[in-house]
Amino acid sequence: MRIPCPCCGARGNEEFTYLGPAGLTRPAPDASEDAWHAYMHERENPAGMHRELWWHGQGCRAWIVVTRDVRTHRIEHAALARDPEAAR
Amino acid sequence: MTTVHGTAQPFRLAAGGLIDRTQLLSFTFDGRRLTGHAGDTLAAALLANGIHLVGRSFKLHRPRGVVSAGPEEPNALVELRTGARREPNTRATTAALFDGLAAASQNRWPSLRFDAMAVNGLFAPLFAAGFYYKTFMWPAAFWERVYEKLIRRAAGLGRAAEAPDPDHYEKAHLHCDVLIIGAGPAGLMAARAAARAGARTVLIEEDERLGGRALAEAMEIDGMPAARWVEAVEAELAAAPRCRILRRTAAYGLFDHGTVGAVERVADHLPEPPAHLPRQRAWRIVARRIVVAAGAIERPIVFAGNDRPGVMLAGAVRAYVHRYAVRPGRRAVVFTAGDDGWRTVSALAAADVDVVAVVDPRPDIPPALRAEAARAQAQVITGTVVGTVGRHRLAAVDWRDARGEVTRMQADLLAVSGGWNPSIHLACHLGARPRWDEAARGFLLDTPPAGVTLAGAAAGRGTLAAALADGLAAGVAAARDCGFSPVPADPPRAEDEPRDGIALFHVPGHGKAFVDLQNDVTADDIALAHREGYRSVEHLKRYTTLGMATDQGKTASVPGIAIMAELTGRGIEGTGTTTFRPPWTPVAIGALAGPHRGRDFRPTRRTPTHAWAAAHGASFVEVGPWLRAQWYTRRGETRWQETVAREVRAVREAVGVCDVSTLGKIEVVGPDAATFLDFVYANTISTLRAGRIRYGLMLREDGFVLDDGTVARLAEDRFFITTTTANAGRVMQHLEHAHQVLRPELDLAMLSVTDAWAQLSIAGPRSRELLAALLDPGTDIADGALPHMAATSGSVGGVPVRLYRLSFSGERAYEIGIPPDYGTALMERIMQVGERFGVTPYGTEALGVLRIEKGHPAGGELNGHTTAGDLGLARLVSTRKECIGGHMAKRPALADPDRPALVGLKPRDGRSDIRAGSHLLSPGAAETSDNGEGYVTSACVSPTLGHPIALALLRRGPARIGETVRVYDALRGGDTLAEVCAPVFVDPEGGRTRG
Ligand SMILES: [Zn+2]
Repeated sequence: MRIPCPCCGARGNEEFTYLGPAGLTRPAPDASEDAWHAYMHERENPAGMHRELWWHGQGCRAWIVVTRDVRTHRIEHAALARDPEAAR
Repeated sequence: MTTVHGTAQPFRLAAGGLIDRTQLLSFTFDGRRLTGHAGDTLAAALLANGIHLVGRSFKLHRPRGVVSAGPEEPNALVELRTGARREPNTRATTAALFDGLAAASQNRWPSLRFDAMAVNGLFAPLFAAGFYYKTFMWPAAFWERVYEKLIRRAAGLGRAAEAPDPDHYEKAHLHCDVLIIGAGPAGLMAARAAARAGARTVLIEEDERLGGRALAEAMEIDGMPAARWVEAVEAELAAAPRCRILRRTAAYGLFDHGTVGAVERVADHLPEPPAHLPRQRAWRIVARRIVVAAGAIERPIVFAGNDRPGVMLAGAVRAYVHRYAVRPGRRAVVFTAGDDGWRTVSALAAADVDVVAVVDPRPDIPPALRAEAARAQAQVITGTVVGTVGRHRLAAVDWRDARGEVTRMQADLLAVSGGWNPSIHLACHLGARPRWDEAARGFLLDTPPAGVTLAGAAAGRGTLAAALADGLAAGVAAARDCGFSPVPADPPRAEDEPRDGIALFHVPGHGKAFVDLQNDVTADDIALAHREGYRSVEHLKRYTTLGMATDQGKTASVPGIAIMAELTGRGIEGTGTTTFRPPWTPVAIGALAGPHRGRDFRPTRRTPTHAWAAAHGASFVEVGPWLRAQWYTRRGETRWQETVAREVRAVREAVGVCDVSTLGKIEVVGPDAATFLDFVYANTISTLRAGRIRYGLMLREDGFVLDDGTVARLAEDRFFITTTTANAGRVMQHLEHAHQVLRPELDLAMLSVTDAWAQLSIAGPRSRELLAALLDPGTDIADGALPHMAATSGSVGGVPVRLYRLSFSGERAYEIGIPPDYGTALMERIMQVGERFGVTPYGTEALGVLRIEKGHPAGGELNGHTTAGDLGLARLVSTRKECIGGHMAKRPALADPDRPALVGLKPRDGRSDIRAGSHLLSPGAAETSDNGEGYVTSACVSPTLGHPIALALLRRGPARIGETVRVYDALRGGDTLAEVCAPVFVDPEGGRTRG
């Protein structure tokens, strides 16, 4: 795969590290057990578009939110995780 | 070049071909000296010498010959070269001949003509479909000792070299607009169109010569022989400024987003690579548009005795005649199910081969073809070949005519054509599914992945004029897609050869009819799989091993599917194909590894004082990616334990110096840096005053310990933090995530400065004296100014340094940070001014002993399974602030007081070794895992105390001080009793640290 890093352009996926889904909201410290359980362990496994976190560790070290169709690997969008727009 | 006289190459035609007759090459096959010409493949040269028997088959050890003239070859696998460069399973049909080549046949013992294992043929039922699953089921223990050895001897595929590969390999990247895979007529047209449009064009061709089928057929393009036309296009492409041609380069896989893996056989055609060249080069080519013009592979017909040497694909026969000027036999029969095979008749006749008959099941043969047969004085038989005769070479062919009569006719060559399979495989690597097309009599891919086009024979448009036009159109479209404006052009003049035919895959009959020649899978095996219920193509493949050999069923797959389709009545479309996956062609592991092997497997990181350490007796040890000095042996020391004990005593009694540059170092800077560090460390950092240092403990979000280190506050908004050597990269990633993903609103920046500082630790009661002698005047290092866990700066010889007073050993200690280029100079200066204090360099082993004596957790304890509580650090975890892992650390299982927690161990007898990894049991309990109460994490012999000590995680450990546990090590035979004690063995009050 080629991942379009917003800083570096399209780069081979071997430069990146995958983490998991993007957009999880970290619960407040006093949130319920259920909220923490969901945050830690519950993951969607969609057959289709997936928003996910990749780290460009061999490049600019940015965490990137990649919107990818996991069936075809077509990448629709990539944005910096620290960019509020990426957290939409 | 060797000069050879006499009757060499008796089957070489007097004229013609694309070989260089001025270059005579000498080679050996099974020790026999032979000759060929430049431009030959090994197979062509063998055939020119009349050698058809080139190997024995994998399981049944049947005599086998050359089937094809290209990379689809299932049979003619040979060993090339000798010694360290010996390479098994090389296709003789793709191996370029070179002077001095030593080739050998495989799977035969003692010789190719007499093979003892050919008796396997008598035990053929043993090797029938599913034999791995059925024959050797019982007893299980026999697998390793008996069956596996038996099978490996009986069914083998060549011998790998026993010495390390002496050659080197490269990896390379290439980016382009249009990539064309295959340089036949379609690929050449596509490349020319793209290059003329100005696109960055890359054309890759597996062969050493461009042209594809145009080199193998007697055809004309634009009024000239096809090979001449190819040369003209090649010259134009070679001169085009933005076009690159890679010869001897096979695409083995198509990956996502226009990425193609290819291997260039840079020096496979040379006796050995020149010093400046790799043997092979693995390319990663990234293209905006890809044209797959990979051609088509001729399909054999399955009939009894179809594996005998002398039975060849008709298109291959034509290639040997036209390209290599080889006469592939004396008397030939052509067996074809379509017009295409008839072209072989005139090719053979022109090569002075008697064509006895053309066998074609179709009753209505076009008159033009009949006329060609008549000119060659060949009989035309409406029927099928049903058997062959011969021992090491075809001697006669049996055919059955329309009336059902079987005729036996002498022949030493049988040219077979069952049609052509488009090479769609690369385009299917991303999961596209092909469709069986009745008209094309092949699998076609209607929906290639985005950006990929099939052209020419690969798209089922394999006749010459169609392929040229299709390639042109594909090249124009690809260039246009990339934003170029191709100039309109007409395809060159050429004719479409007749391509009518019927689908004929299998002629039922008596005797072994091979589907997969390389894995010895017969039509009967497929019938057996069908009877036993393995009917889906994926099951058929795995049960019979059809298509699982090194050729991946390039010729076998479609006939196998067709036979199963016939048995089930589902038709080929309903049966489908197995999934095509990379690699399309065998790829040497060496090519994929590239330069990354042995010492170069990954970069070695050396500390700034590495050379100094090497010159002072250091032995080195790998720590993560680093090489660190393990100990510094002195003259007269014979055991490493002696050396380490001396180094430890030096630190405890005088002063030692150790390079600790490998610790991960990160600067965290910004108005919100303190807030951020409070979030990522379990303990509070924000209350730290500038100029002070604090121990820091990091948790993972799941509540377990991630890493520990120190945090020095250099200024209100500037922190310098350290990580363990092993976790440096991981912590950096973790912190970037915490900032960018979890707390992007915090205003700070982070930078890894691990390589920006050489850091040396000076530890021991005389360390301050040494430091005072070392530093330039002006820095106050009195305990009042620089107490334990404080930081300051100064200079040494005019070079600015940072000073951190912190201790891992439990002694008074300082770490000095200096720009890395000064690391060696600083070490030398320390040794010089420290001589009068007895300064001693020490390595990681002494460092480890010192920290075990002090009970500091390190790698053995920070193992991903421990909580802060397990390590006795529960009091550090602040409950007054939010931190990563803070919530999950409170989970009941993580807070369970029964969890194994850190303790020290001393042998009851005062001398028995305790080894890390040993299990802890209650004395008297049986040695079962249910009774396990913990394990030893770190152990050493303490030079300070004079006996073995250990750190361990013991269930309810801190409450069991003074108790006795059994230390049990079943692997290495350890079994001793130990006293549970506090984990700090030396100076538990810490007075020595503070001075
Ligand atoms: Zn980047």
